Amino acid sequence: MMKNEQFNNRDVSNEYFMVDIQDYPTEPWDKFKRTLKRTFRIELFVGLWVVMREMIRFDIHTVSYPEEKMPIGPRYRAVHEMKRLWESDAERCIGCGLCEKICISNCIRMETKVDENSRKEVSEYTINLGRCIFCGYCAEVCPELAITHGGEYENASEQREHFVDYAAMLTPLDKMKAGAQQEFEGFGAITPHEDESVKKTPLSY
Amino acid sequence: MEVAYLIETVIKIVVVLLVFSMLAGIGTYFERKILAFMQRRLGPMNVGPYGLLQFGADAIKLFTKEDIIPSNVVAPIFKIAPVITAATAFLAAAAIPFLPSFTIFGYEVHPIIADINIGILYILGMMGVGLYGPLLGGMASANKFALLSAARGAAVFISYEVVTGLSILAPIMMVGSLSLIDFNEYQSGGFTDWIVWSQPVAFILFWIAAFAETGRTPFHLIANDHEIVDGFGTEYSGMRWGLFFIGEYANMFFISFVIPLLFLGGYGDGSFLGALGLLGKMAFFFFFFLWTRAAWPDVRPDQLMWLCWKVLMPIAVLNILITAIVLM
Repeated sequence: MMKNEQFNNRDVSNEYFMVDIQDYPTEPWDKFKRTLKRTFRIELFVGLWVVMREMIRFDIHTVSYPEEKMPIGPRYRAVHEMKRLWESDAERCIGCGLCEKICISNCIRMETKVDENSRKEVSEYTINLGRCIFCGYCAEVCPELAITHGGEYENASEQREHFVDYAAMLTPLDKMKAGAQQEFEGFGAITPHEDESVKKTPLSY
Repeated sequence: MEVAYLIETVIKIVVVLLVFSMLAGIGTYFERKILAFMQRRLGPMNVGPYGLLQFGADAIKLFTKEDIIPSNVVAPIFKIAPVITAATAFLAAAAIPFLPSFTIFGYEVHPIIADINIGILYILGMMGVGLYGPLLGGMASANKFALLSAARGAAVFISYEVVTGLSILAPIMMVGSLSLIDFNEYQSGGFTDWIVWSQPVAFILFWIAAFAETGRTPFHLIANDHEIVDGFGTEYSGMRWGLFFIGEYANMFFISFVIPLLFLGGYGDGSFLGALGLLGKMAFFFFFFLWTRAAWPDVRPDQLMWLCWKVLMPIAVLNILITAIVLM
């Protein structure tokens, strides 16, 4: 049960304070006094203690990257994926052409035809990733949740066009059989445990 | 006797050279690790267990890298400058007793290459000459940042060298000798005999000056980090650049030996425990160099000169005066 305090008390100004900056002394005697004060306030040792405390605490924040990876948010927009229907393993794409229409960098092209069952079928579907700006409009506009963004950010190629093609974007059949297709949580999805790291916004100035 | 002495000296020189070249390399590893831990990082981890072989990888890289002499530099001076830094650092080691004398196969070994009667003067002089490395290297280079760095180095040099000399004068007056062995004998009575108790001001002054002497962080002015260029080392590459580093780290180790020998009882009565004590004190002072680098910002050159000329030097002179009056 969340407490109302979080919503009602948005004023965190008691944690903000003005730093007391004194004027620079102009008189020699004042300068001398400031020097003495700074010398014998032993602030240097406070600095030494802070770094020593961190060393003793040994709270290492390094993520040794290739072995361990930071979790990425569900909104992350990496190279696209095409999803399949859970019921029939068929492609979700119905060839409506909305993604082609909305794409602001004109990098999606599709060709459709009517198949023998009088259903619309996608015969060609390409995304020119060299032009794609990964804005996410295609995934947002898709009525079938067919084209989505994936989380795979470790692509390497001589050019971006070669990152992925249609066959590689489509969820493999064996993955479908295993029921391992990941749904795209998409727009507005919140990173897991995000509320633990979010601090209150100082709204009251 | 003469031949034995010659052989002993040569062996000692080779041992000191090898051990401290190695230590200079390992010193960079310690520095990176300790800085990393203090900043919540891991430091080198991939080469060898816990990155222990990292300095080996660095050494291979430095040795095999192309030695570039830029076309506009004053080539002879440019080439000799890093050698001066490294050579003077090791030359200074000649008068430092690293351990108490011990007997091996019935032969008494004194782990000091030359117990000359002007030991401290020689060490400080050699370390002072070491500044010619960055100075000449910066001036021979063909860019203004290296030149500025050399100029800063010279300004720092004339400031701290006064403090070093004056601060050490008071203990010298008490001991009546410049040899580090005599300093050690003077304090061999134990903890209460340490010069630091009778000369705390000189100890602190010398310690502060040691940071300037080795060019470590509060006074790390020759390589100016906020210019993002490496100061005098901007145009150096490969092992010439590495020699500057070996010199700097060897200097850190040697000054970390000198401070306890002068003020903190050295190796004491010469027992095994005393030898361990000296190594322990050395390790603390070396660690302190790294510790301050993690914690403190650099001062400006004018602040360092203000500190040396207007604060530390008068205190050092007063300290000598008071010591002289007390001794009289």
